[in-house]
Amino acid sequence: MIPFILRRLLVAIPTILALIVFSFLLMDFAPGSPFATERGVPPEVLANLEAKYGLDKSLIERMGIYIWNVVTQFDFGPSFKFTDRTVNELIAQGFPVTLTYGFWSFVVAVAVGVTLGVMAAVFQNSWLDYLAVGVTVGAQVLPNFVMAPILVIIFTLWLGWLPGGGWQGGQIEYLVMPVIALSTSYMASIARITRSSMLEVLNAGFIRTARAKGLPMRRVVMRHALKPAMMPVISYLGPAFVGMITGSVVVDVFFSTGGIGQFFVNSALARDYSVIMGITILVGMLTVFFNLLVDILYAWIDPKIRY
Amino acid sequence: MAQGSTVEAVVEAGEMRAAKGRSLWADARARFFRNKAAVASLVVLVLVVLFATFGQTVAQWSNEEIDWSLLGNVPQAGGPSLANGHYFGVDETGRDLYARTVQGTRISLAVGIVGALISVVVGTSYGAVAGYVGGRTDGAMMRFVDLMMSIPYMFVLILLLVVFNRSIVMLFLGIGLISWLDMARIARGQTLSIKNKEFVEAAIATGVSTPVIIFRHIVPNLLGVVVVYATLLVPQMIIFESFISFLGLGVQEPNTSWGALINAGADNLRNGTPWMLAFPLSFFIVTLFALFFLGDGLRDALDPKDR
Amino acid sequence: MKRRTLLSLTTATALAATPLLAADPPEDADLADTQTFSYRMLDQFPTLDPALNEETAGFHAIRQLFEGLVTQDSSGNLRPGVATDWSSEDNTTWTFTLRDDATWSNGDPVTAEDFVWAWKRAADPATASPYAWYIELSSIENAADIVAGDADPDTLGVEAVDEQTLRVTLDQPLPYFPAMTSYATFMPVHQETVEEHGSDWTDPRNMVSNGAYTLDEVSLNEFWRASKNPEYWGAEDVVIEEVTGYVINDVNQALTRWESDEYDMLEPLPAGSFPRLKEQYPEAAHSVPRLCSYYYALNQREDAIPELKDPRVRKALSYAIDRDVIVEQLLQGGQSPAYFFTHEATADFQEPQVEYAEWSQQERDARAKELMDEAGVDSLNLKLIYNTSESHKQIATVVSQMWKQKLGVETTLENMEWSTYLDVRKAGNFDVARSAWCGDYNEASTFLQILTTENEQNDGRYSNTEVDELMAESRTSDNPQELYTQIEELLAEDMAIIPVYHYANTFLLDTAVKGFPMQNVENNWYVKDFYRVADE
Repeated sequence: MIPFILRRLLVAIPTILALIVFSFLLMDFAPGSPFATERGVPPEVLANLEAKYGLDKSLIERMGIYIWNVVTQFDFGPSFKFTDRTVNELIAQGFPVTLTYGFWSFVVAVAVGVTLGVMAAVFQNSWLDYLAVGVTVGAQVLPNFVMAPILVIIFTLWLGWLPGGGWQGGQIEYLVMPVIALSTSYMASIARITRSSMLEVLNAGFIRTARAKGLPMRRVVMRHALKPAMMPVISYLGPAFVGMITGSVVVDVFFSTGGIGQFFVNSALARDYSVIMGITILVGMLTVFFNLLVDILYAWIDPKIRY
Repeated sequence: MAQGSTVEAVVEAGEMRAAKGRSLWADARARFFRNKAAVASLVVLVLVVLFATFGQTVAQWSNEEIDWSLLGNVPQAGGPSLANGHYFGVDETGRDLYARTVQGTRISLAVGIVGALISVVVGTSYGAVAGYVGGRTDGAMMRFVDLMMSIPYMFVLILLLVVFNRSIVMLFLGIGLISWLDMARIARGQTLSIKNKEFVEAAIATGVSTPVIIFRHIVPNLLGVVVVYATLLVPQMIIFESFISFLGLGVQEPNTSWGALINAGADNLRNGTPWMLAFPLSFFIVTLFALFFLGDGLRDALDPKDR
Repeated sequence: MKRRTLLSLTTATALAATPLLAADPPEDADLADTQTFSYRMLDQFPTLDPALNEETAGFHAIRQLFEGLVTQDSSGNLRPGVATDWSSEDNTTWTFTLRDDATWSNGDPVTAEDFVWAWKRAADPATASPYAWYIELSSIENAADIVAGDADPDTLGVEAVDEQTLRVTLDQPLPYFPAMTSYATFMPVHQETVEEHGSDWTDPRNMVSNGAYTLDEVSLNEFWRASKNPEYWGAEDVVIEEVTGYVINDVNQALTRWESDEYDMLEPLPAGSFPRLKEQYPEAAHSVPRLCSYYYALNQREDAIPELKDPRVRKALSYAIDRDVIVEQLLQGGQSPAYFFTHEATADFQEPQVEYAEWSQQERDARAKELMDEAGVDSLNLKLIYNTSESHKQIATVVSQMWKQKLGVETTLENMEWSTYLDVRKAGNFDVARSAWCGDYNEASTFLQILTTENEQNDGRYSNTEVDELMAESRTSDNPQELYTQIEELLAEDMAIIPVYHYANTFLLDTAVKGFPMQNVENNWYVKDFYRVADE
C-alpha cells in the first residue's frame, strides 16, 4: 500500500510540472495583455507594468522563477488585475468557499444518489424504480444554468424563503441553492451507477443464498449487498468531486458566492496570468489527490485488489 | 438464437468463432428489441436526426433572416405561429427559432457524435495497444492517461477557447482531447481479459503480426463495451458543449447550438417569451433522455451480465 | 474662462450660489429609520487604490471612500470637494484653495501636501499605474517624462504652497483641468498608511480615507461595504449610513434579486427589458442620457480592403443601417439614433447639420444603393468583430442583415472576448469593429480627438488633415463649439466611422431612495447626496 501511494505521488510531480509548463506556454501564446484597456496604455506605462511583473524577462527565465517560487514557498506571485492582492490571498478567499459548497454538494449527491439507486434496484420494475430512473435522467440532463435561475425565481422571488445569492460566510440559507444546483446531476449519475451495480450484486449467488436462508431484504442489502455494490460508485467519486470544484463556475456566476470558479473565468478573460496558473495548479493537485484517495478507498474496501 | 443465424452457422461450420459472434449479436438484437424504452428511444433519435437533416426544407425562414415585422414586439407577436411561418416563434432579434433549432440540433449532434467518435477511435486503439502489449509499455501508457486525467480539463478547455479564436474545430479538439481517457481505460481492461483467449493465441501461433492481431482480433471484440460507452458519451459531450455555450465560448453567430439557444432562452425567462426556452430545451432533454435509455438498452443487450 | 458653462463654475464667484454639497431632503420628508443604500456591480473591482484604479466599478466605490479637489453635482457641474475654490489666469497655472476642516478618517488633516504626494505617486513608474496616462492627459508639467521614466517624480508640476494651497503648472492651457481632477487618479491618499502597509493599505483594517464613507469589508466577488465617516467635513449632512455593493455577474439573476428587494439599484438593465420594466415599475425604472457613443469603426489602414477606403462605400454602409430599428425595436432603452459622433447631450455641443439625419430611411436606402453602384462595388464581404455581449451580438446581427438585404453585402460575424478583441482591434485585423467611446469629461473634444490621425483610439486609422487642424485650433479657440460642429460635418461627409446610437443609462432604483443625480451624464453618483424616505 505505502509503495503504491509513493509511486502515485511520484507520478503527480511530473503531472503538476507538465501542467505548469503547459499553462505557462498557453498564457504566453495568448493574444491580449493583462494590461490592455479600451483606451490603450501608452508604451511607457506598459513598460512600467511589465517591469513590475517581471514580464520583461525571457520566457524560460520567468518560468524558472515561477516554478521555483511555487515549489519552494508555494508562492503564486502577485495578481495582475487585483493589483493590491497576491494570488495566494485570492485563493485563500475563494477556495474555502468552493470547498465548502463542493463538500456539501458531494455529501448530498452521494447520500441522495445512493439511497435512490438502492431503492430503485431493490424494487426493480416497480413504480418506485421508474420514478427514480425518470427523476435521475431528468436531473442529469437539465443544465444547471437553467436550473439556477429557476431556483432563484421560485425560492427567492415567489416564496421569499432564501436569499438569491451571496455567501455571508457560508450560512445555511446561502448554501441551499448552490448545493442543489451543483449536486443534482452528480446525484443522478451516482443513483444510476448505484442502481445498475446493485442489480448486478442482487443477482449474484451469495445474495440469492442469503435470501434463500430467509434473511430479510433490508438486512441482505445493508449487510451483504451494499459494500460490493459501492465499488463502481467509489471509482466515480474522484471525478465527481473534481467536477464539483470545476462546476463552481456556474454556481459563482449565478449565486455570487465568490468561489474560485468566478476568479478563474474572470482571470482567463482578463489575462490575469498568475491567477489562472495558481488556480489551475491548485485544482490539478486536488485532482491528483482525489484520484489517489479514491484508489486507497477502493483498496480498503476490496482487499483483493493488489497494486 | 434466431433461426437465420443457425442456418448460417451450419453453412459456415468451419468458422466456429464467426458463427458464435454472429449469434451473439443476434441475441443482443433480440434482447434489445424486447426493451421498450430503448426501442422508443431509438425511434426518437431517428426522428431527431431526420429533423436535423431535413428540418430546414419545411422552414419558411433561414436561420439568420430577421423578421422585421416582429422585431421590437417579440414578446407580444413573436410566439409560435403557423400563419407567419415561425413554427417555434422567433428569438430576441426576430430570427426564426424553428430554423435556428434545426441548425442548433445539427451542431449539437455533431459535437456529440464527433466527440464520441474521437473517443472511440483514439481511446479504443490506445487501450487495446496498452493492454495487449503489456509490461513497461502498458505501465507508461497508462501513467500518461493518469497524468492527463489529473488536468482540470474544464479549466484547460476554457483557456483553450479563450486563447485561440473560438471555432468549431477548437471545440471538437478540446472535447476530443479529454473524451478518450476513460475509453482507453475501459478498452485496456477488456483487452487484458481477452488477450489470453484461444483465438488470440491461435493467431499468434500462425505468426500474425502484432498490429494485425490488435486491430483484427482484439478491437472487434471490444466493440460491445465500446458501443455502450460511446452512447453514454454522446449526451455528456452535448451537455459539455452547452456549458461552453453558457460561458459564451461556443460557436460563432449566426450559427448556434442547443446550449446557445437554451442559454438565450433562459436569459429571456422573465421577458414573456417562454418559447425561446421551451423548444430548444425540449429537444435537448428529449434527445438526452433517449440517448441515456438507448445506452442502457444497449448495455443490457450486449453485456447482459456485466455492468 | 468664459468659454464653457461647465468651466464657468471654476471661478470662485460662481460659487456664490452655494451649490448643493450633500443630501438635502425637503423639510417634510419622512425619512426611513434605516438609512442604507445598496447597488449591484457587474464585476468585482480589482483595486480600491485611487492611483491604480482604471475602471468604473472601482471608481463608483472610490468616489464614496475618497474625495478629490472637486466633485460633481447632480447635473455633472463641478462643486467643491476638498478644494473650496480654484482659479487660473491663463488656464496654465491653477491654484486650488483647500478647506481647513477636511480630515482623514483617522483624524489627520487633509493638506495640499497629501495631493502632491498622491499625484506624484500616481505618475511614478514604480507605482506602475495603468491609469498613469490620465496624468499625462492632464498636461501637468513633466508628467509625460515622469511616466516614461525620464524624469524624477518630484519634478511633477504640482506644489503645496502652504497647507491649504495647491498650485498646479501645466504644459499648455487646459480650461477643463479642474474637471479632470474629479477622477480617482487625482484623489489624495494617506501617505503614512500607504508607506506603512504597502499594497495592503487598501485592506479594510488599514485603509485611511477622506471621503464621506470608510471601508468596512470587501468580500471579493461577493460584496463590499462602507459606513459613514464621522470625520468627514460634511458628515452632518450625510444621511445614508451604510453603502453596500453586491457583485452579481448574471444580469437576469440581478434583476430577480432586485425584484425580491435584496438591494436598491440595478444598472444597467438586461438587454431589451426596459419597456417591460418601465411598465411594471414606472417609478423605479429610469433611462437617462449617458455620455457614450456607440459606433462601428471602419478599417481604412494601408492594408485594409480597398472598398472601405472609398467614402461612398462607407456612406452606403452607414445609410443602410436603420438606426430607428436598433434604438426603438432592439435596445428599447431610451437610446437615441446617432448620425454624428459626439453625444448629443454633451455640454454646449451644437448639433451639426448632417443631411442624412434628415432623410427618411427609404431615402437613405435608395441613396446607399446608388452609392454602391457609383463606387462599382457589387460584392463585398466584411468581417465584423465585436466583444462578447448580448446586445453587441444583437446589433451586429441586425446590422449584418440590413447590409445583406439592402446592399447584398455579406458579413462574417466574429465575437471574441474582451482582451482578444482589444488586441485584434488594435492590430487592425478587422473590416468593421464594434466600438464605443465614453467621454472622459463633459466636452465634445473628448470624443472628437479620437478621430485625429495620431490618436491611439483611432483604430480604423481614419485620417483627414482638415480635421486634425481644426482640432488643434479648437484648443486655443474662443469658440471651440463652432469648430466641433464643423468637424462633425467633415466626419459625416467622409463617414469616418458609422455612428450608431448615443447611450442612455437604464436602471432600476428603489423608489425610497432619493437624491440620485439623474442629470449627471457621466453617471458619477455620490451616496452622500442620497437619502431614503420611509415606504408608504
